[in-house]
Amino acid sequence: MKFVDEFRDSDLIKKTAEEIRRLAGTTRHYRFMEVCGGHTHAIYRFGLKDILPENIELIHGPGCPVCVLPMGRIDDGLALAADDHVIFAAFGDMMRVPGTHGSPLEYKARGTDVRIVYSPSDALKLARINPDRHVMFFAIGFETTAPSTALTIMRARAEGIHNFSVFCNHVTIIPAIRAILDSPDMRLDAFIGPGHVSTVIGCRPYEWIAKDERKPIVVSGFEPLDILQAIVMILRQMRAGEAKVENQYKRVVPWEGNRAALRAMGEVFQLRPYFEWRGLGFISQSALRIRDLYAEWDAEQRFQVPGVRVTDPKAAQCGEVLKGVLKPVQCKLFGKECTPEHPLGALMVSSEGSCAAYFNYEHRKAMATSLSRSA
Amino acid sequence: MAHGAGGKASRRLVEGLFAPLLFGSSAEPLTDSARVLVDRTSVAVTTDSFVVSPLSFPGGSIGELAINGTVNDLAVSGARPEAIVVTFILEAGLPASVLESEVRAMADAARRANVKVVGGDTKVVEHGKADLMYVTATGIGSPIPALTIGPRSVRAGDKVLLSGPVGDHGITILLARGELDIEAELRSDTRSVYPFVEAISGAAGAAIRWMRDPTRGGVATSLNELARDCGLGIYLEEEELPVHDEVRGACELLGLDPLHIANEGQCIAIVAAEYADVALAAIHQTPGGGDARIIGEVREQPAATVLVGTRYGGTRVIDMLVGDPLPRIC
Repeated sequence: MKFVDEFRDSDLIKKTAEEIRRLAGTTRHYRFMEVCGGHTHAIYRFGLKDILPENIELIHGPGCPVCVLPMGRIDDGLALAADDHVIFAAFGDMMRVPGTHGSPLEYKARGTDVRIVYSPSDALKLARINPDRHVMFFAIGFETTAPSTALTIMRARAEGIHNFSVFCNHVTIIPAIRAILDSPDMRLDAFIGPGHVSTVIGCRPYEWIAKDERKPIVVSGFEPLDILQAIVMILRQMRAGEAKVENQYKRVVPWEGNRAALRAMGEVFQLRPYFEWRGLGFISQSALRIRDLYAEWDAEQRFQVPGVRVTDPKAAQCGEVLKGVLKPVQCKLFGKECTPEHPLGALMVSSEGSCAAYFNYEHRKAMATSLSRSA
Repeated sequence: MAHGAGGKASRRLVEGLFAPLLFGSSAEPLTDSARVLVDRTSVAVTTDSFVVSPLSFPGGSIGELAINGTVNDLAVSGARPEAIVVTFILEAGLPASVLESEVRAMADAARRANVKVVGGDTKVVEHGKADLMYVTATGIGSPIPALTIGPRSVRAGDKVLLSGPVGDHGITILLARGELDIEAELRSDTRSVYPFVEAISGAAGAAIRWMRDPTRGGVATSLNELARDCGLGIYLEEEELPVHDEVRGACELLGLDPLHIANEGQCIAIVAAEYADVALAAIHQTPGGGDARIIGEVREQPAATVLVGTRYGGTRVIDMLVGDPLPRIC
């Protein structure tokens, strides 16, 4: 497959892994955070952990929009969908995410009209073909998906479609990275920067990480070779005593970002003063709300939202795992009360969450090996 | 309910409710058909229900699925399919032409699979209560002599054979629902796998340890069930896995794993290592079996786990599917 297979060439991958080994040496330990959940997924899916030297530790960051969404927001969205008149539309990613009384899929099984859509414009299409119903799109995602939500709201306004609204949970990546760097127990050496988000925001917004925090950050693609190459670039910076923003994903990410997408976001959204992140708590100016000009398409302005707040179980240590202080398996609930089928904490919720990825791809392997050793 | 999508929930339902209440306390691992003694002759019996939306799709339709699915359950349990009875649950208002074309599709599929349809029943329910049409099919077959298949026959070192490319059926259905703006030249793989079973039985006989048609939940779910039942590990080479480019592309876009996607015309066989090559050659010589491969092997460790070796020397665990495969967007 074009644009995929070239980045999965096993000879090149082996060579790059060798280069990483050479640059990393054996004398020190490295802790790199891959910000984006897509990277976490790819790292496990391609077994990249097995080909990296042991002294390179990858910490899975906050870039999984499903994981960082507080349960209260899901409860709020589903509460609005209790009205028979409402069609609740969301990405497949959301469907298994538990609210207090079940996930959207479980609500669907109990009779709520829940539809999986593949883009916000599909949700708008639903509104067009169901003029006597109200379609509420439960929007999630970072700057990757926010522009398409913005454009859809603009189109709804332009076409005068009034039976459509968006329950907006869009968040922004930079404040989350800042929250992690501001944490007193933070111990990271560098960042593998998010690829998809950067196609929209470009590379400039990361410059403070290099300048002020003296941490290298390399924006990376999602194929195995991309991620390994980003690690090579980070190690080269570190060996040269440098900290800069570099772009490994040039084939997709323009340095300045996508101006048209940013314009659409600016037109429709404004920053919320603060927003709650599951596992990280309240972060100021970290999420988007719909501007008053588009209030009619904002489910939160249009309907009475209960404003549910649900705290994670006390024993769950999602925050520490998110910041890289603990490994997933070191959390007291991991694999016991908290599993991908019954997630209690944020990071077990989506397959891109670090705990779920670790559980699905690593934990059972580790368990099986340790059992056989003790046998 | 996630219980119908193959995978973990289905298994819990069968093991936790149906088996203890209906089948007695038998500790036999679950298989695709049961054996019954009729006049001291062993007969294989299986039943399956078919619900699919849309009713017809590129490469097949519900009528064809019902015949092939039932034939395949018999085949992979080591039996030659002999006869089938079918039950239709129809919605009031279903166009007669739709019913007729499904019955024709069934007749054709039965002829191709060399199996007789010997009876049936029809019920009509209110409009909107049955997705247009549900079909249940029950089949009987005669056990192939000399086969002693089952998870307990599986040994470390055995090879994993797969009859052809995975994921065609599941992705075809996903695209046929028309919710995705993805177009691909893809057809369901629905067909009888009995010719493959017959071919490898002839070639490898008692060296065949276990067989399964990886329908809902895909190859990953079938092999996880085997790994759990036999307590051994199964190691797959990702590079050896036959997948059509269209399926790979759709899976890449949607964040799905071809190993979790349903098939309706493939067969996995675990074969003793020394017979693996002759069994493979036998499938290759069977029409439609040209893409068969040895995709992996059974190992002692890691116990009860399916491991996939990536082409870069890494490995990952692949679990059963939990619920339906849902696309990832963000």
